[in-house]
Amino acid sequence: MSQKAHSEKSVKHESAHLHVAGEAVFVDDIAEISGTLYAALYPSPQAHARILNMDLSAVEAATGVVATLTAEDIPGSNNCGPILHDDVILADGVVNYIGQPVFMVIADSYLNARNAVLLADIQYEPLPAVLSVREADSLQQYVIPEMRLTSAGVDEAMRQAECRLKGQLALGGQEHFYLEGQVAYAIPKEDGCLQIYSSTQHPSEMQQLVAHMLQRDASQVLVEIRRMGGGFGGKESQSALFCCAAALAAAKLNRPVKCRLDRDDDMLMTGKRHHFEFDYEVAYDRQGGLKALRLDMLVGAGCTADLSGPVATRAVCHVDNAYFLEQVDISARCCKTNTQSNTAFRGFGGPQGAFATEYVIDNIARELGMDALDVRRQNFYGIQSRNMTPYGQLVEDNVIHQLVSQLEQSSDYLNRRQQVIAFNRNSPVIKKGLAFTPVKFGISFNVVHFNQAGALVHVYTDGSVLVNHGGTEMGQGLNTKVAQVVAAELGISIKRVRATATDTSKVANTSATAASTGSDLNGKAAQNAAQQIRQRLTDFISERYSVAAEQITFAEDRVVFADQSLGFDELVMLAYQSRVQLWSDGFYKTPGLSWDKDSLTGSPFYYYAYGASVSEVAIDTLTGESVLLRVDLLHDAGNSINPALDKGQVEGAYIQGMGWLTSEQLLWNDSGRLTTHAPSTYKIPSAADVPTEFNVSLFENSNVKDTILRSKAVGEPPLLLGFSAFFAIRDAIASVADYRINPPLNAPATAEAILNAIDYCQDASNG
Amino acid sequence: MTAADLIQTSQATVRFVLDGEVVNAAGLSPTTTVLQYLREKAYRPGTKEGCAEGDCGACTVVLGELVDGRIKLRSVNACIQLLPMLHGKALFTVESLKSLKDGSLHPVQQALVDNHASQCGFCTPGFVMSLFALFKANAAPDRAQINDALSGNLCRCTGYRPIIQAAEQMASLADSDNWMATPATDQQPIEPEEQALVDLLSDIQGTETLHIQHDDGMQYYAPATVDALADLYLQYPHATLVAGNTDVGLWINKQLRKLPLMISLAGVQELKTIRIDQDAISISAGVSVTDAFAAIQQHFPALKDLFRRFASMPVRNAATLVGNIANGSPIGDSMPILITLQSEIQLRQGSNERVLALQDFYLGYQQKDLRAGEFVQALRIPLNQQQYQMASYKVSKRFDQDISAVCAAFVLGLDDAGKVAHIRIAFGGMAAIPARATQCEAALLGQVWEQSTIDLARARLAEDFSPLSDMRASADYRQRVAQNLLQRFYQQTLNEGTEKPLQLTDLQQVVR
Repeated sequence: MSQKAHSEKSVKHESAHLHVAGEAVFVDDIAEISGTLYAALYPSPQAHARILNMDLSAVEAATGVVATLTAEDIPGSNNCGPILHDDVILADGVVNYIGQPVFMVIADSYLNARNAVLLADIQYEPLPAVLSVREADSLQQYVIPEMRLTSAGVDEAMRQAECRLKGQLALGGQEHFYLEGQVAYAIPKEDGCLQIYSSTQHPSEMQQLVAHMLQRDASQVLVEIRRMGGGFGGKESQSALFCCAAALAAAKLNRPVKCRLDRDDDMLMTGKRHHFEFDYEVAYDRQGGLKALRLDMLVGAGCTADLSGPVATRAVCHVDNAYFLEQVDISARCCKTNTQSNTAFRGFGGPQGAFATEYVIDNIARELGMDALDVRRQNFYGIQSRNMTPYGQLVEDNVIHQLVSQLEQSSDYLNRRQQVIAFNRNSPVIKKGLAFTPVKFGISFNVVHFNQAGALVHVYTDGSVLVNHGGTEMGQGLNTKVAQVVAAELGISIKRVRATATDTSKVANTSATAASTGSDLNGKAAQNAAQQIRQRLTDFISERYSVAAEQITFAEDRVVFADQSLGFDELVMLAYQSRVQLWSDGFYKTPGLSWDKDSLTGSPFYYYAYGASVSEVAIDTLTGESVLLRVDLLHDAGNSINPALDKGQVEGAYIQGMGWLTSEQLLWNDSGRLTTHAPSTYKIPSAADVPTEFNVSLFENSNVKDTILRSKAVGEPPLLLGFSAFFAIRDAIASVADYRINPPLNAPATAEAILNAIDYCQDASNG
Repeated sequence: MTAADLIQTSQATVRFVLDGEVVNAAGLSPTTTVLQYLREKAYRPGTKEGCAEGDCGACTVVLGELVDGRIKLRSVNACIQLLPMLHGKALFTVESLKSLKDGSLHPVQQALVDNHASQCGFCTPGFVMSLFALFKANAAPDRAQINDALSGNLCRCTGYRPIIQAAEQMASLADSDNWMATPATDQQPIEPEEQALVDLLSDIQGTETLHIQHDDGMQYYAPATVDALADLYLQYPHATLVAGNTDVGLWINKQLRKLPLMISLAGVQELKTIRIDQDAISISAGVSVTDAFAAIQQHFPALKDLFRRFASMPVRNAATLVGNIANGSPIGDSMPILITLQSEIQLRQGSNERVLALQDFYLGYQQKDLRAGEFVQALRIPLNQQQYQMASYKVSKRFDQDISAVCAAFVLGLDDAGKVAHIRIAFGGMAAIPARATQCEAALLGQVWEQSTIDLARARLAEDFSPLSDMRASADYRQRVAQNLLQRFYQQTLNEGTEKPLQLTDLQQVVR
């Protein structure tokens, strides 16, 4: 792509000028209606207990309190679970984790509500609490049945292999830490209707759950979201609790009610990225070729199913990452524990599945004394052969070989490998590490029917255009891309196109903005709507000016036909006066998907996105602290609709993935209380953690599938680029034992974990 | 003077400047935070709440203070600033930045737009304000200064790279016709816009005690003199003393603690002094951590790295160094080095004063040698120690804005024979109080400063401390790291100036 094309496509985020001025309106910024009340939720102090008695008299007597609500006040379904109906809104007799909302207080101010909550007098009968996945597994306590994907010849391949390696690995979860906490604002309307502003990635599901809770029709519930202050999956299903709470109170009291969480309560009440524990056994040959992989995944689901089923499915479907695994035996058991119910988080299990295999390959390389890149490369999927995934989908768009070669060159990987080794020989305290990791990530929802979208495009008589679609804006720039698609289709400047708040009364039955599909689905739907309008305008010109349709072009805010032209605004006014419909709906469904959830086979992905990263780190062998020195990323966004936005996704995802695997540590104490429930104790990366050399490029590509403008989804895949930071740290640790010992390093690689692994390697090496 | 007298000479209205106008804020609870005031009372929702504990920076605003006839701008966290703390200051929020003339974006805002530096946009107003403070202070910030300015701002979307790039470019968009949009230095002649603000602020500098009595039962005093402060506190020894509110703010926001009577140091000009005489540097109770560190660093440059990592820029701007000491947290980062530098504190009770060695101030977990109505008026660091080698190290999960797992401080003097003639070692995070490692010191004193001595002394640390395990680190890790940091200090005393890096910041690629 030329520099010029690059910058022309890189239009600014549609809200950038509002963000920087503090003028972008988030849910809590909406001017409140007079009489608005505030809800606060009481978090269970018990991990597992029966509620014997609830005395709320002191709460009700507190300053400013208007009402208290419990499970008994819910007229319909006391559920906010997305798939299984096992997620109660308010506790019904039993509490299942510390932080679970037990009751709700509604008061005349946010502070009065929060103060009043503390006054509850609740008696519990403690029940046995299960806090670890290993314990849950030994009790066979799962939220859904086990999943297993087994190749016919795995036992045989395992037996016959030249080398075998077994081990365990623990991979921590991750708090979303969207900067805007969970919030919903519900306003009662006439005839039993409710309007809800909810910070959610899934307005339609919020609508459905509220309707079921209140025994009302979906048509009575309108959910709107202009933008979220970050989502990352944390507002896909888990916005529902707060949306339902606000809606219940608003419906009961017939007053506007806002439910906004304090950060600590948010972190205590909501689920996180699933933590995993792995048992692996791998068979390989002496050159590093993978022969068979057994991987047993214990998935930390928490206390309910939430999205754990699809998360585990995606984990199973990403164990292969970029590698041809002919013989596998992969199982996933979603362990039920008395902790927060874990949920969607950018990558949705995919990163966890792929991480295990990368760890195994890292081990093999050290066992064989090879550079890990050489092991990785020889196991990549082939182009004509060796291109079938373990779940039976053919990989037809493989660019990993070119992409990796290009990054190998641009990052000067081989030279730097030598430099790192030389540096370490001479540096007893500070050690450097280098790692190169690839990404292949499947795009589409694993549930076929979610892969649909709708849009509305309105052209007004002054030539301005409004587009509305079912996707939600959480910072990723979806509205910007959709507006670009509409502008391109109508041949007009992006300045004419405005995207508006997602609203269940405009586009119905929408899917969550998740699985990286936002632009693919909604972009196509909006394009479809704009195409219909353009077709009508084409027909209009063709008839009025007697020109063939092929002679009519829409470009640069004009329509040109034969030797004439009209400004777009002139054209639409003429069309309006001739009674041409200037608005249209649009619809899209992804073609050719199949998935059998029982056999875990099919072609669940429309295509794959690829990428690779090189990280160089240094570690301090006295304290275990680490620092990123240089990062090189190359990522495949297809024919990027907006390279600036896509680059932003790539580098942001890298840093988020790096944080997950390094400084972000979730800890629970012995009673099951999350002790890292605020930014003071849970550490996401900050500006000083960004390396001084940070090279980020998009790989020149065009989607072989007919996606929107041949682009590729870019939300989740680059999160896996962060792997290289972890493996670079592991490489640095391994240097203390001359790269002969596999450092037993779990994720996250905190300073303490690193120091432990260093000490292990030094001890093993010395003795 | 009795408290009743004070009330007679007090005023109850908080007066501050916002967008060129004096705001008279009355009738609000004194524990109303600036963030609550902005969002709920002033209808300026641009400033966001991300954590309400000063750890994410979404609420960053800039305060302007009158200093020597000029305006000094500093970023602070609005969520842990109490409204009365604005008294006599100018407040700038993200809404203050767009040009009043034509509505155009401020250079900081434009640079962020140009670099695609916002994604979800929720943290953005906070970044804008931190960068605005940097922009006004420094026309050509380097990467380290940018990191430092952003040390209190979290972004979960961008990965920071475009924000850093915007910070590098913002000065190039300056508009010299507009004081707000010009990087200013003290050397420049004062511009009319700044002069107008100076005049406004001069008008609202009071000499009376600010006394707010709210119908929720809360009382807040901000006396204007040390004597009035001392008298008030003697009269109300159970009052909560507050200076920067960076810790008390969390009691209010997170523990929902009721503080019926607060006495603020913020209005006492006498307590904003740093005095340097021949043998000591004295820092009064109202001096911010930022100003205190700047002064200390001039005499003890080795402490630069620790000071850089102390909390975050906006917290250092709001907090006071004496507050950090008086609070007495076992994980406060200033105390280990101040103890090893043989600092003293000056205590005041009514009209009585006494002096205490800092190391004797801490008696047990959250227990201090403080009498009823007594407060720490100043800190005194003896200067005649510049011949010593010294270092202070902080170990935590994240480089910036994190609480130490272990914080260590070492001060060493060798005699001509290479033997240890003077040694002070203290740790934070290793015990219920910041404390000296007396056994370890004993093993070093009088011995030759060499590896075998260090090995013996390392082992003695286990006699000095039995640390706890918590979410920051295990007891075992703390113990090992404490010992390793002694090793680090030893290596640094030997190896200074050689090519082998001894810590991460020795690497050329590490700019922090």
